[in-house]
Amino acid sequence: MFVMILFYAFSAVLIAAALAVITTRNPVYSALCLVLAFFTSAAIWLLIEVEFLALVLVLVYVGAVMVLFLFVVMMLDVEVEQARGGFTRYAWLGWLTALVVILELVGVYASHRFGADAGAVPAPTPEGYSNTHELGTLLYTDYVYAFELAAVLLLVAIVAAIALTMRKRAGLKVQDIAKQVAVRREDRVRLVKMDAEKRG
Amino acid sequence: MPDTPTFWSTIAAAAPEAWLVAAMCAVLMIEVFAGGTKRPRLTGTMTLLALAFGAWLTLEYGSVSVRIEAFHGLYVADPLALVLKLGGLLFTAVSLLYSRPYLDRRGIGGGEYYVLALTALLGIHVLASAGNLLSLYIGVELLGLSLYAMVAFDRESGVAAEAAMKYFVLGSIASGMLLYGISLVYGLTGTLALGELAQHLAAEPGLGLIVGAGFIVAAIAFKFGAVPFHMWVPDVYHGAPTPVTLFVSTAPKFAYFALIYRLLAQGLDGLSPTWTQMIAAVAVLSLFVGNVYAIAQTNLKRMLAYSAIANVGFILLGFTTGTVAGYRAALYYMIVYVLMALGSFGVILLASRRGFEADELEDYKGLHARDPLLALSMMMLMFSTAGVPPFVGFWAKLAIFDALWQVGSVWLVVIAALAAIVGAFYYIRIVKLMYFDDAPAQPRGEAGVALRFVLALNAFAALALGLVPAALIDVCIRALG
Repeated sequence: MFVMILFYAFSAVLIAAALAVITTRNPVYSALCLVLAFFTSAAIWLLIEVEFLALVLVLVYVGAVMVLFLFVVMMLDVEVEQARGGFTRYAWLGWLTALVVILELVGVYASHRFGADAGAVPAPTPEGYSNTHELGTLLYTDYVYAFELAAVLLLVAIVAAIALTMRKRAGLKVQDIAKQVAVRREDRVRLVKMDAEKRG
Repeated sequence: MPDTPTFWSTIAAAAPEAWLVAAMCAVLMIEVFAGGTKRPRLTGTMTLLALAFGAWLTLEYGSVSVRIEAFHGLYVADPLALVLKLGGLLFTAVSLLYSRPYLDRRGIGGGEYYVLALTALLGIHVLASAGNLLSLYIGVELLGLSLYAMVAFDRESGVAAEAAMKYFVLGSIASGMLLYGISLVYGLTGTLALGELAQHLAAEPGLGLIVGAGFIVAAIAFKFGAVPFHMWVPDVYHGAPTPVTLFVSTAPKFAYFALIYRLLAQGLDGLSPTWTQMIAAVAVLSLFVGNVYAIAQTNLKRMLAYSAIANVGFILLGFTTGTVAGYRAALYYMIVYVLMALGSFGVILLASRRGFEADELEDYKGLHARDPLLALSMMMLMFSTAGVPPFVGFWAKLAIFDALWQVGSVWLVVIAALAAIVGAFYYIRIVKLMYFDDAPAQPRGEAGVALRFVLALNAFAALALGLVPAALIDVCIRALG
């Protein structure tokens, strides 16, 4: 019963947040509402005992993707009013797309394969069962080959990015950290003894 | 498959891949701490040595007579994987040999180039030994990412940046399509293992599987550069620095052969009536668009790009049969074509010098008077690509025709023969330009003696393999036994 109340509460917040994402005029508010939507989705996932996915959703989407998104929104001077210029002209296309999506959702929900009663209700996991542990076991045994290769893939991305962007041009001003650290007071400050002068 | 593989036997099976990763990391470190501007040739030498040792490891641990699975089926070692890996190693090594002087002279030969070549080769290895849709996809991405970066490697060139951008965007779309097809197939069969996939397909395939196969075929056509997904090929071949064009057009073909064979012929064998028709449409379109557009080109790299599209059409024709004989013919054609593409782009590299790219058809007028050896090599390679006997290209085309004939696809044989005749025109035009046109004052290429010897050997191989075709055909028969 308590779980049901939590579910409906989080769902209400999720829907409100999702609506706010597309209705607020300020892109920063929009992005922040999306963060709220991600948080509440993570909470709903916790209710069905997939704690690892819930954590990853918060860490990856809120922690990394949305922060990047906010950076972009704040750094670029987005002309919101201009972007909304053709809104009424293309509104019919939006409605049409929404209608198709709704029909598809109804179709999926009504079909015997994917409906609410299609599969058995998953049994609650036993005490002490750790989602993270099970995923880790699978990742480092059965799929260790793919896991290691994915690591190499990330390395390739780093090498490629550095090779393509790091350039050594003549006259480039670079900081030499070692020199900065090793600097002493005598190198920078010169005390000059001067006699006091009379104003005149 | 061994019943309970021990830890070390599992690792040993993947020794070539492990070595490539280790070598890549080592080359990266050597470049940072000992190479750079002080010793710019060091990393190239280290990479070539690493490739030689990798070839030995592949022969030592990869030559198996039966299929061996490791890493819970994510990795398979079979005769086909051995042939594809050795081919990838050999062609990567030779293309690096060809490109070294070019890169050094133009100052774009940073050590990262060799690192990216090694990771691309790792991608080829992973694809060649993929036993699971997961490892297949990671192999595609490893190879793809390395190639995109290599195309953009000359940062001063705007054309190269444009080519890399196109390649990256279109390649990402292709990856997306591949993933979408894979997810449909996975959702409807419930397995990612290629071996189990074939068993789950035994029942009558539904619409979902056919759509999934369609997406997979589209992604394969993208990667191979077959019509109607060929738009990136001319721009990338033309825009990329010539050494990169050379690399892109040769070694990755081995990986894409593994991709199409493992996905379609092994995984989706039960759907072969469906996908052979899709492949046939793609192949016929490639043959015609490739050959007809190639005639209109004035740039040799662009012309060879359209020629690549046409030749990919021939390789795909082998897959339209859906028989082992057809796959063998496709493998044979692929190896032969890559050998000739290696030589043709090698000629462009050797004819170029700093400030003169030698990639326009005009630049080849009267090449015989300037550089008889280069002209002779190019003539042999062009005749071979056109399919003139006794060069090896003739036997490759014959093998494809024979495989098609055996399954009764007479109309495909007729279409392919017509396309080959159209194609012969522009290959032989190069020979005419080199031998019968007057030479304008052009600088001579500045390649060393050793490199010219390698090129002559490459061209001579096209003749020798044509005079003694049995050796290479035997390799293909053993690979797909």
